[in-house]
Amino acid sequence: MDQLLQLILSGLATGAIYALAAIGFTLVWQTSQVINFAQGEFVMLPAILVLAGTMGLGWPLWLAILVASALFLLVFGLGFKRIVVDPMIRHGVLPLAIATMALAILMKEGAKDAFSAEAHPFPALVPTGNLQLLGANVSLRDVSIVVVAVIVIVALQLFVTRTRLGRTMQATAQNPTVARILGVPVERMIALTFLINAGLAVVASFLVSPIYLAKFSNGEVIGLAAFIAAIVGGFNQVRGALVGGFVVGLVDNLAAAYVSTAYRTAVPLALLVLVILFKPEGLAGRKEERTV
Amino acid sequence: MMRRIDPNLIAVLLGAGILWFLPAGFGNYGLYVMALWLVMAVAALGLNLTLGYAGQISLAQAAFLGIGAYATSLLTVSAGLPWWSALLVSGGLCFLVGILLGFPALRVQHHYLAFVTLAFATLVHLVARNEQWLTGGVYGFANIPRPSAFGVKLTGALDFYRFVLAVTLVLTLALWWLVRSPWGRAFQALRENPVRAASLGVDIRAYTLLAFAIGAAYGGFAGALYAPLVEFIDPGPFALSASLMLLLMVIVGGSGYFLGPFLGALVSIALPEWLRFTGGLYLILYAAVVIALLALCPQGLSGLMARGLAALRARRRPAPALDGERP
Repeated sequence: MDQLLQLILSGLATGAIYALAAIGFTLVWQTSQVINFAQGEFVMLPAILVLAGTMGLGWPLWLAILVASALFLLVFGLGFKRIVVDPMIRHGVLPLAIATMALAILMKEGAKDAFSAEAHPFPALVPTGNLQLLGANVSLRDVSIVVVAVIVIVALQLFVTRTRLGRTMQATAQNPTVARILGVPVERMIALTFLINAGLAVVASFLVSPIYLAKFSNGEVIGLAAFIAAIVGGFNQVRGALVGGFVVGLVDNLAAAYVSTAYRTAVPLALLVLVILFKPEGLAGRKEERTV
Repeated sequence: MMRRIDPNLIAVLLGAGILWFLPAGFGNYGLYVMALWLVMAVAALGLNLTLGYAGQISLAQAAFLGIGAYATSLLTVSAGLPWWSALLVSGGLCFLVGILLGFPALRVQHHYLAFVTLAFATLVHLVARNEQWLTGGVYGFANIPRPSAFGVKLTGALDFYRFVLAVTLVLTLALWWLVRSPWGRAFQALRENPVRAASLGVDIRAYTLLAFAIGAAYGGFAGALYAPLVEFIDPGPFALSASLMLLLMVIVGGSGYFLGPFLGALVSIALPEWLRFTGGLYLILYAAVVIALLALCPQGLSGLMARGLAALRARRRPAPALDGERP
C-alpha cells in the first residue's frame, strides 16, 4: 500500500511534467497547425543552457537560470516562429513537421557537441526530502513538482479564459480568419502561443532535470511521452493534454513497477494505439468536424 | 503521337549501366559504401511512396528495415533457407505489418500515422534490444552469410556490390512500373488533390494504406539486402533516429520525385565520408542544411534541379513550352 501510494505520487509528478510539455505542444498545434517534433528537445535544452552558464562560465545559479530562460524564450519562442515556422508555413503542414524533426537533430547534436555528451546533475529548485503523510513515506519533491505544475497550468487556464488577451488568443486558435476580420492581430497572437510554449518547456525542463539528470538525449523520452499524452488526452484541447499527461505518467510508473522495466515504454505506446483505435478524439477531447 | 519514353526509365537503366562498371577500381570500403547507398536508396524509395505520393509521414522505415534484416538473418542462418525466399518473406512480412499499423491510423485525419509509426519504431527497437533469444539483444547477430546467385558465391566485395545493384535495379523497375500503372496514377491523384480524387471514385483510405504498406515492404527488401551486406546486425541502426534520417533523405532528394531517394541517400551516406574532418559537427550541418532547403525549396534537390533546368530552357527558348507533367 505504501509502495503503491509512492508510485502513484511519483507517477503524478512525471505526469505533471509531461502535461506541461503536452500543453505547449497542443497550443502550438491549435494556433498554427505546427506539429512540433522537437518538443522533447525543447524540454531538454533549457537545463543544458543553465548548466552551460554555471559550469562553463562560472555564473551563479540564479543568473544562469535568468539568462538561460530569457535566451530560450527569445530563440525558441520568437526565433523558432520567425526563422523556422514563418518562411515554411506556406508550403503546408508536412514540410514544417519535417523541419521540426531536423530542428530536433540540430538541438540534440548541438547540445552534445557544444556542451557535453555526459549526463550532469541538475540542482533541484523545489524542496526535496521525505514527508510523513497518513503513515506513508512521501517524497516532498514529487509533491512540490505537482504543486508547481498545477499552479502554472491553472494560471495559464485563467489567462486563456479570463483575460482579454487570452480570449483573443483562443479566438485565433479556433478560427483565425474570423479572428482577423474582428481585428485580432493574429500574427502577434500566434507569436504569443510560441512564447507560452517555450515558457512551459522551460518550467518542465527545470522540474524534470533534477530527476533524469540533464543530458542531450533526454528529449527522446520526454518528447515521446508528450506526444502520447497529447493524443491520449485529446489533440485539440488543453484539458486533454492535462489529462493525457497525468494518465501517461501514472501508466508509465505503474508499468515500470508491475509489468517489466524493460518494456515500461511499451505500455504507454499500447495505450496510444488503443486510444487511436477506439476513441481517436482522445479521452477528454471533442470530435472534430471534417473540413474539406 | 508516339509515346515518349519516360526520362526516369532512361535514367534508371543508364545509371545502372554506369554503376555496374564504375567502381572497378574502388577498394573494399568504397564498394561497401556504394552498396550501402543502394540499400538505403531502396528503403528511401519505399518511404517516398508513402511520403511523396500518399502524403503521409512514416517514422518507422528504419524499423521495417530492421524487421527485414532480422527476418533475413533468422531465416538464412537459423532456418537455412535460401536468401531469395528470405527476401520475399521480409518484404511480405513488412507489407502485412504495414497494413496492420496503417489500418487503425488512417481511420483518423491529421498525421496520426506519424504518431503510430513513431510508437511502432520505438517498440521494434525495444523488442530487438530485449528479446535476446531471438535477436541476440545488444550483442547483435553475427556471421550472416552472403547469398549466391546462379551458382556463384558472392563473398567478394565487387561481386556482392553488383548483386545489390542488380536487385536494386529490379526493385526500382518494379516500383517505376507500379507508379505508372493505374494504381500509381491513383497515388498521384491522391497527392495532388485528395478531395477531387475521392470525388472521382478513388478510395482514398485504401490507396493511402496500400502506398504505406508497399513502402513498408520496400523497407523489408532493403533490410534483406542490409543484413548480408554488413554481415552483422544489432538494434542500433534501426532506432527511431535512423527512421528520421531516412525521412530526411527523401526530403533532401525531393519527395514525390521518382529518383529523388537515390539523390537523398547519396547525400546522406556519402557526405559523412567526405565531411569526416568536421567530426561530430556533421549532423548539425546536415540538419541546418535540411531546414534551409525546406525553407527555400521544399521539393528538395530534385526540385532545385528541375527549377534550374526550367530556367535554362526559358532562357534558350523565349516562348515558354509548358511541360504539364510533374516528374
